Amino acid sequence: MTGTGTGPKARIAVVTFPGSNDDRDAALALERLGAEPVPVWHADRELPDVRAVILPGGFSHGDYLRAGALARFAPVMGPIQRLAADGGLVLGICNGFQILCEAGLLPGALRPNHSLSFVCRDVPLTVERADTPFTARCTERQRLSIPVKHGEGCFFADSELLAELEESGRVVLRYEGENPNGSVAAIAGVVNAEGNVMGLMPHPEHAVDPLTGSTDGALLLGSFVDAARRATTAPAAV
Amino acid sequence: MRATVLVRPKPGILDPQGEAVLGSLRQLGFAVEDARIGRVVDLELANGGREQARAELERMCEQLLANPLIESYEIELVGDA
Repeated sequence: MTGTGTGPKARIAVVTFPGSNDDRDAALALERLGAEPVPVWHADRELPDVRAVILPGGFSHGDYLRAGALARFAPVMGPIQRLAADGGLVLGICNGFQILCEAGLLPGALRPNHSLSFVCRDVPLTVERADTPFTARCTERQRLSIPVKHGEGCFFADSELLAELEESGRVVLRYEGENPNGSVAAIAGVVNAEGNVMGLMPHPEHAVDPLTGSTDGALLLGSFVDAARRATTAPAAV
Repeated sequence: MRATVLVRPKPGILDPQGEAVLGSLRQLGFAVEDARIGRVVDLELANGGREQARAELERMCEQLLANPLIESYEIELVGDA
């Protein structure tokens, strides 16, 4: 499991909020995939020189009020909004997905799981779109196994928004078989209209080493690293 | 001035907490048709003026206290004008 090796490494910022707990796994996974993770603190008012950012999983600000609702006002979110508007790549995993929805960078909202139970297990997923910067190493309809671990992963979009997401092909990942949290249309991951911001509830950074089971997470993060490397060498192209 | 903001899951939004409480109430023998669970935020405002307070509370709700996609809110002002 390595990067393609030649040329400059992809530099990818990994943001730590108070309560993030998957930032180190995200950084380790990026390293294994040949990228250079750059740690960023939530109170930073500027991003380092990067064209790609990961908002990792965890429980930022204790998930008080609503998951992601307080982290969205962190000083670092200003430069992340600007990077996203400028075509930079932003990937939100679990709590990162919740933050991106609260920040309005992604559509929809994440609600408490239908079961009210915290769900922690490998789940089967279907790749609905393989032509995004986050899934290019996959094939369409490919089945992946990646763990989820969340209490508030029930993706909600009203019928109008859901129709828009489906029609414009912005549902990237769907739960296969049993829906672990009650998400509408079994949605596990979505992209924004421009295709440069993605959020997903499953944790690809926990599925990059055969020791822990599946390595399917490397397909998603590897795609992201590839795209980040291209964006690093040619800043405007995403 | 004091204010109370009530935040509720919008109609049609799945409310698993409400469903769990509904089930328990029925188990206790109460004839309950539905239960929905929201949130109460009690605020003590620094600025006077009812009009201004109401406008500020609206903005608080839109920006932070409620997520307009999934929640509705109600503002109650308490105390002197």
